[in-house]
Amino acid sequence: MAEIILRDVEKYFGEHYVIRQLNLQIHDREFVVLLGPSGCGKTTTLRAIAGLEEIDRGHILIDGRPVQNLQAADRDIAFVFQLYALYPHLTAYENIAFPLRAARIDRSETDLQVRRVAASLGIEHLLSSRPSSLSGGDMQRVAIGRALVRRPKALLMDEPIGALDAKLREGMRTELKRLHLKNGATTVYVTHDQTEAMALADRIAIMNDGVLQQVGTPTVVYHNPANLFVAQFVGSPVMNVSKAALRSSGAGIKLVLGDEDGEFAFNGPLPSRVAEAGRSNTDLTIGIRPEGVLVARQPQEGFVPVTADIVEPLGAYDIVDLKLGNQWLRARTSSGFVGSSGDLVWARLDELQLHFFDTRTGTSLADINGA
Amino acid sequence: MAKVRLDHVTKLFGSKTALDDISLEIEDGQFFVLLGPTGAGKTTTLRLIAGLERAQSGMISIADRDVSNWSAAERDVALVLQQYSLYPRYTVRENLVFPLKPKSRGLAPAEINDRVAKAAKIVRIEHLLDRKTDRLSGGEMQRVSIGRAIVRRPRIFLMDEPLSNLDAKLRESLRAELKDLQTKLGATFLFVTHDQIEAMSMADKIGVLEAGRLVQIGTPGEIYNCPANIFVAGFVGSPAMNLMNGAVRADRAVAVAEEMSVLLRSTESALGDRVTLGVRAEDVRIGPLEPYPGRVHDVENHGAEKIVTIRQGDLALRATVNAKIPIAIDEPVRFGWDLGRMHIFGADGRRLSRG
Repeated sequence: MAEIILRDVEKYFGEHYVIRQLNLQIHDREFVVLLGPSGCGKTTTLRAIAGLEEIDRGHILIDGRPVQNLQAADRDIAFVFQLYALYPHLTAYENIAFPLRAARIDRSETDLQVRRVAASLGIEHLLSSRPSSLSGGDMQRVAIGRALVRRPKALLMDEPIGALDAKLREGMRTELKRLHLKNGATTVYVTHDQTEAMALADRIAIMNDGVLQQVGTPTVVYHNPANLFVAQFVGSPVMNVSKAALRSSGAGIKLVLGDEDGEFAFNGPLPSRVAEAGRSNTDLTIGIRPEGVLVARQPQEGFVPVTADIVEPLGAYDIVDLKLGNQWLRARTSSGFVGSSGDLVWARLDELQLHFFDTRTGTSLADINGA
Repeated sequence: MAKVRLDHVTKLFGSKTALDDISLEIEDGQFFVLLGPTGAGKTTTLRLIAGLERAQSGMISIADRDVSNWSAAERDVALVLQQYSLYPRYTVRENLVFPLKPKSRGLAPAEINDRVAKAAKIVRIEHLLDRKTDRLSGGEMQRVSIGRAIVRRPRIFLMDEPLSNLDAKLRESLRAELKDLQTKLGATFLFVTHDQIEAMSMADKIGVLEAGRLVQIGTPGEIYNCPANIFVAGFVGSPAMNLMNGAVRADRAVAVAEEMSVLLRSTESALGDRVTLGVRAEDVRIGPLEPYPGRVHDVENHGAEKIVTIRQGDLALRATVNAKIPIAIDEPVRFGWDLGRMHIFGADGRRLSRG
């Protein structure tokens, strides 16, 4: 069990500045997910913790001890890759036992540990199989078993289920979480899939272009994204984003989207918050998640008419693209709520789910968002 | 543009049956998705239609003509693969021009330029035309591959997991783009995937393959709301449908797990038959007035909603609840559902209708 601290970590690949002044503290027994698009530096960060990459500046501490100059083997950390990297000529049993044999653990203890790990992963019946006869999911279970058998201080995983079928991925996700709850190893997990991050993480660290954008619980990053990047990276479907201007109108306020694409009136606490913030009404960008776009089939107070474009039925609910001037608003509705493409419906933005960002910097305007 | 028909097609690889008596019809201008896990026969079906494999029996027709003995080139279909297979040292423009070059096509240079320009506009790669393809991102490469299919104006677009190698975010946006593209072109699309979300969101019709057999064809709504068997029920929808063991007592199907006695009427079954009862996570309700007691085993955060796993004895049920509802691991809860939302499957896995 271990606490991992990254302090001012920087890494270059030649000219390319891939990790920029990274500070992150991973608590003992915590499950932290590094989330971001390909090339954002998440895997490099993970490999730096493992000792598979050297860092150019900064410190990496495991349980308070600087490890940046230690070999990977001396850091007592286990690594699981996307590609299973099993020894093809060895059985699942021998693959899992391998690290113990390498450490010259005696035979009966090795057997005990292999069987313990196999039981926790539900792969006891596969122990005598060779990797080539295993399914992708089972191969990854074996790889995880091999990582856990040494009882490492921390477990690092690089997209461990990224190569699996969608359905299998879902099941493995649950298994990984259960496993973590059971063995409690400090875990750092890299993925580009926000669903995986949301479902698994105690905290998510979102990276882009080598820069850490936000660290927080799934709830925090979803409901209070620190900037436009996080807002659009977390959540599916993607948060709607539009340039916007605020205009006062009587006692209330009007939010004009895009290039006069549409306007929505607000009378709640938003107008006063805007007034208090004293912010200029230009350079604003708004974001609203599809569930924050409320749709009605009849005209209603505060709703504006829009045309439904594409309807994506996802089973439990629908995602409907609404045409508003020159842009689209994606809304989440109950299944079959909007009959078909081309229908006229009415939409409103839920003030409580509206996010404001500075257009230039992309930073969330907490004073207006009231969060 | 053309319709496609498979009539009792069977394909063997050695002694292994890859496709077992497949019949399906894809209408002109339809977005048809073949959905199934790895090894179900999706790609084999696609390759049979493309003319890259020969079936042992059955007939394949395109635009009402039997093409079983036609070569791949004669079938005039375009294939877009998961791996982009672009020419790396060529520019995007050269990659798009390439399929139009053969003399047999007899296209004038002006016509070629026109087609390339139009295709580039449709897939939004106009600004990339003079770039080498090894300088492109994954999403851009996939757009170029699709563009290369479009310039040919094929009768059918065959797509083999074209989005699988892309980032989750990019996959989501390309999903909407592809659907939009297909609507605009009015083209016949056969799209193969293991991702049920892709199937649900894009398809006019979905065909679900299980171990070489086509187990259901229907609209996304039909597949989701009336799955033909347990496999489809579990494969389509996320989280997977909750399934419980049960038995037929008198004229009702009863879930025997612990003290749960969910009663349902069923017809096509006999007393004592083993049945499976299914309920989707979004149909499971949690509240103080619900009939069954349980305990919260796990909570997965999904943004707009949470997926709560409830345990009662050996039974683990997943429920989708609004993210705003506070609920914690180990909390005692009560749960239940609308009986009208239950699915029943017989011992052979097939859907039973309710009485």
